[in-house]
Amino acid sequence: MSTEYNGYITTERIDGADDGPLAGTTVAVKDNISTEGVRTTCGSAMLDDYVPPFDATVVERLKEAGATIPGKTNMDEFGMGTTTETSAFGPTENPVAEGHVPGGSSGGSAAVVAAGDADMALGTDTGGSVRAPAAFCGVVGIKPTYGLVSRYGIVAYANSLEQVGPIAPTVEEAAELLEVIAGPDERDATTRDATNEAGESAYDYAAAADGDVDGLEIGIPTELLDGADERVTDVFWDAIDDLESRGASYHEVDLECLRYAVEAYYVTAMSEASSNLARFDGVRYGQSGGYDGNWNETFARAREEGFGEEVKSRVLLGTYALSAGYHDKYYKKAQDARAWIKRDINDALEGADVLASPTMPVPPMEMGESLSDPLTMYLADANTTPVNLANVPAISVPAGETDGGLPVGLQLVGPAFGEKDIIRAGSALA
Amino acid sequence: MSDTENVVEPEEVRHVADLARIDLDDEEVDRFTDKFADILEYFETLDEVPEVDAEEDLANVMRPDEVRDSLSQAEALDNAPESEDGYFKGPNVS
Repeated sequence: MSTEYNGYITTERIDGADDGPLAGTTVAVKDNISTEGVRTTCGSAMLDDYVPPFDATVVERLKEAGATIPGKTNMDEFGMGTTTETSAFGPTENPVAEGHVPGGSSGGSAAVVAAGDADMALGTDTGGSVRAPAAFCGVVGIKPTYGLVSRYGIVAYANSLEQVGPIAPTVEEAAELLEVIAGPDERDATTRDATNEAGESAYDYAAAADGDVDGLEIGIPTELLDGADERVTDVFWDAIDDLESRGASYHEVDLECLRYAVEAYYVTAMSEASSNLARFDGVRYGQSGGYDGNWNETFARAREEGFGEEVKSRVLLGTYALSAGYHDKYYKKAQDARAWIKRDINDALEGADVLASPTMPVPPMEMGESLSDPLTMYLADANTTPVNLANVPAISVPAGETDGGLPVGLQLVGPAFGEKDIIRAGSALA
Repeated sequence: MSDTENVVEPEEVRHVADLARIDLDDEEVDRFTDKFADILEYFETLDEVPEVDAEEDLANVMRPDEVRDSLSQAEALDNAPESEDGYFKGPNVS
């Protein structure tokens, strides 16, 4: 069941239990999430023939819930990209906006849902990788609170930032999928029990999708609109008007710290990636290249061959940012920025139920447009990265289309373990 | 890249690539030298960030150190390009 827009890397079907909340439902899985016996490539030539000997916890939970996994979806190599163009298996095309990128890095997951080739999908979100493709493909995506969903069996890119998140056509379906995958896991010590944070009914996400926004107070960070494309902000304000007409109100907030989010995110993510990707040496798994000779030189040749341009670039910059003499200048300052962003977002959420912005500051780019200019691609993450740095949850819901028919997403950010707040608010729109 | 000052030298890129065990060819070194200059210049804005006290609510997560099921040796070796006598086989350590 391959697709003309290249949404799947592998289309091997995995059957779940006969009964369960997801029986009769297909849930596609991003190809950096381990599936026992089914290859898991991370969109990289390095792992072209890697077959995990175990399931990720989220895959176990999908199978127990009765879901059928129709295949593993295309992605930016190791999650490093915003357009699903850095995959070693070729780019995915946006099925609802021909000639445009689907967003990334979980572009395959959003594309198969938008095209109707899967009912729902799982992606991973390190700096926006669930929300960006959801916005660009006109579907719903949730980045959960850090610690809500197990990362056991996810091939790590930047552990301190990433979460697995659901992608679905509607908020209610995304909430149903979140109910299945959320919850503590003894194999991931960073998971937390949401009932300790948000009470007995903490996990009743689907029931929260009741569309009731009467009395909702929305904070709008001006920094996230200043640099945005007018085609996007027009659609955004129309959606805010819609919410207002149903009883919500809004005020603007000024969060200076957000101006440093993209830099703080990239320094942090690249630094963690440089350490995480050290495991790919072609000895225990991955492409060895078949080289002989000195240990270090052999690894260096295997890695030169197995990694693509963007992965090499991020591993090298991360190594640089952590190297002697530069650690204080880059990594330490990025952690200061992260603490600042976390504090100010939490403060803003004291005066508002949710924070709203366009998910992406631009409409979907044309294919091939952004690869040659990494900085422009990085800046497209301006509105999504603060959420990962602050460990809080966010949802992207379809807000409408530009005059040219390109999908625009609206992002709602809530307090830690406040998934129900963003689901309720988002369900008023989709 | 600015004309007056080379923010990143090709030798630095080679040094970092050596630390990261990636065997770049000459063309890649040139390309990454230019690219890194742009990106690192952009990261310079972090200099403006004030020092912030992080209020981390971290707790140790402990569990008893008990033996439990794990992958068999054969399963663990399944993805290795080369193995010998039940062990991973790597290149020579010199």
